[in-house]
Amino acid sequence: MDATILGAAVINGLLLGGSYALVAVGLTLIYGVLHIINFAHGSMLMLAMYGAFFLLTKAKIDPYAAIPLMVVAMFAAGYVLYRGLIGRFSHGKDENILLITLGLSIVLENVALFFFTGDSQTITVSYSDRMVALGPALVPLPKLVSFVASLVLCAVLAWFIARTDTGRAIRAVAKERHGARLVGIDVEKIFAVSYGIGIACLGAAACLLIPSFYVSPSVGHLFVIVAFTIVVLGGMGSFVGALVGALIIGLTESLSGLFLGEALGQIGISLIFILILLFRPTGLFGGAR
Amino acid sequence: MANRKSRITRRRFIGATAAASVAFGVPTLLRAQAKPIKVGLVHPITGFLAYSGGQSRMGAMLAIDEINAAGGIKSMGGAKLEALLGDNQAKPEVGVSVVEQMQEAGVSAYIGCFSSAVALPATQAAAKYNTPFVIDVGASDNIVNRGLKNVFRLKPGFNACVDDAILGLGEINKAAGNPAKSAVLVHEESEFGTGTAKLLAGKLPSIGVEVKEVMKHANPTRDFANLALRIRGLKPDLLIMSNYQNEYVLLARTLHQQKVDLVGMFSVLGGGFNYKFVQELPDVAQHMIDTNHWFDPTNPKAQAKKKQVEAKGSLFTFEVYLSYNAVKFLAEGFERAGSADKDKVNAALAASSWSDHFMPYGPTKMVNGQNTGGKASIQQASKSDINVIWPTKFASAKPVFPKPKFS
Repeated sequence: MDATILGAAVINGLLLGGSYALVAVGLTLIYGVLHIINFAHGSMLMLAMYGAFFLLTKAKIDPYAAIPLMVVAMFAAGYVLYRGLIGRFSHGKDENILLITLGLSIVLENVALFFFTGDSQTITVSYSDRMVALGPALVPLPKLVSFVASLVLCAVLAWFIARTDTGRAIRAVAKERHGARLVGIDVEKIFAVSYGIGIACLGAAACLLIPSFYVSPSVGHLFVIVAFTIVVLGGMGSFVGALVGALIIGLTESLSGLFLGEALGQIGISLIFILILLFRPTGLFGGAR
Repeated sequence: MANRKSRITRRRFIGATAAASVAFGVPTLLRAQAKPIKVGLVHPITGFLAYSGGQSRMGAMLAIDEINAAGGIKSMGGAKLEALLGDNQAKPEVGVSVVEQMQEAGVSAYIGCFSSAVALPATQAAAKYNTPFVIDVGASDNIVNRGLKNVFRLKPGFNACVDDAILGLGEINKAAGNPAKSAVLVHEESEFGTGTAKLLAGKLPSIGVEVKEVMKHANPTRDFANLALRIRGLKPDLLIMSNYQNEYVLLARTLHQQKVDLVGMFSVLGGGFNYKFVQELPDVAQHMIDTNHWFDPTNPKAQAKKKQVEAKGSLFTFEVYLSYNAVKFLAEGFERAGSADKDKVNAALAASSWSDHFMPYGPTKMVNGQNTGGKASIQQASKSDINVIWPTKFASAKPVFPKPKFS
């Protein structure tokens, strides 16, 4: 195997991991605090991607410039969704939340199918095809941007959770919700805020993905299955875990694709996943519960 | 008890009925209009093939409206075509149930189904009643190879398309002085991609093109960066792809970004090669070549239809004109049969020599339900349009082959 190709594959893998991290951090937050798998994560990503798509095509707002707008909009959507639907109808049962988010994803996808048709859409921006030489690899600029942005995003989130009052409240609720309630934390509000932040991450992820990817009603599935794997691999609720997990998965996918062929590349991901579950069931950075 | 004023008495009811029958019944009798002929449209209107299904329905409706506006089927006293709209949801079992429901509703013929997977059982279901079934889109040759007397396909099948692709590619390459001597094949993992790649790999040596490697990828694939690296390493002259829309576009985009120099990028029934691709990613699409079903650009009727569809804000995709021509073919069968009798219509369609289409085909000649007069053509994208480059007889532009290098 040519060393140049191998080097380029490593860089491609890391960049791919960067784009997975964006989707995984939101999921890990929701997973960590609410202790549920948010099945609507993929469809919310799809909605955010359509949002970024229409902001560019209808309002001529560049996807990168749209990040603050999409983050705020998706936070609001997540908050309202939790307050109005998920929280209200879950009656405090985790399995109800599972079913509601699953139902929500089905509804969202079919509504998108109705309005946007099953056709996939692509955008072109001036920097879509701009390449940056990174060692042996020629890297598309949007991928490099999304990689750096995902690092920044994870750092900001980690700071927010560690240093702010809301962050402390989120950690308290994640660890011990009854105890948190006893010391006067509005647990329901923290749930809604956490869900909102998790969905807000998707707003940023969508804006960073759309310049180099396509959007269709089923696009969420592409990322969300990998994101689930990353969350479990990195450890539930851990941002560092989500980031490191994403990079490992990206690298694995890239290298196993190179050595086993693109059709078998996904096997590497499942293999790593099984190994982690066997030898470190709490994930790389997850503490024992 | 009901309000006395608003109650309909028996006397008032009889009076109103009599008046209604005078108003509506008499003109009908006077006109003695022929009974409409019900044509069932079995397309995927929802599900993952919804866009293509919608395009097919639009094409079929264009033809039906046009035929009705021109006075219907003349040999049947001007009988109008009446569309029964069905949604097969791209699911075989739903396709069968739509066929059965339409049968109950008194359908005289079917048009469908976009996907081969639905067409196979749906045509079988229609065969029980001997109802004519015209395939507009559906590539599998098994649709017409099972000896069903009620199934007809105007467009060429899968094998014929690969044969045309090899023939055309050979001629284009030869005319350019044989710049393409080797190829890498990239295909998606299912029946369509694997089957096409296998046929191509077997036939490419016959036109002097050596196959360096055949690469398979999963559906969906999120990233083609490594595949692009491997292709660059192998230095083939041609890249031949057979995959569906999303992967087709993503792979083309990655190779363009990575500036992989090739003599040509070629595909057979390329999933993403259409006007939308050219509109959305003109730089990527430019110079890409695809073998597919295409209208005859030199035919004024085709250009008029293209304008009509584009005026509605839609794209003139292959689904539109294949379904349009399938309905016209069927209508001509009704015209010659002079009745909606299933045996007569099947016999008329089997003996068809229809040539009033705007496809790059000769007169229709059905052999076991497959039109052997049909032909795939080869198209090349420019930055703003798609041109037919082979067969030369129908070409609207000369091939740009080899394509210009990046450096």
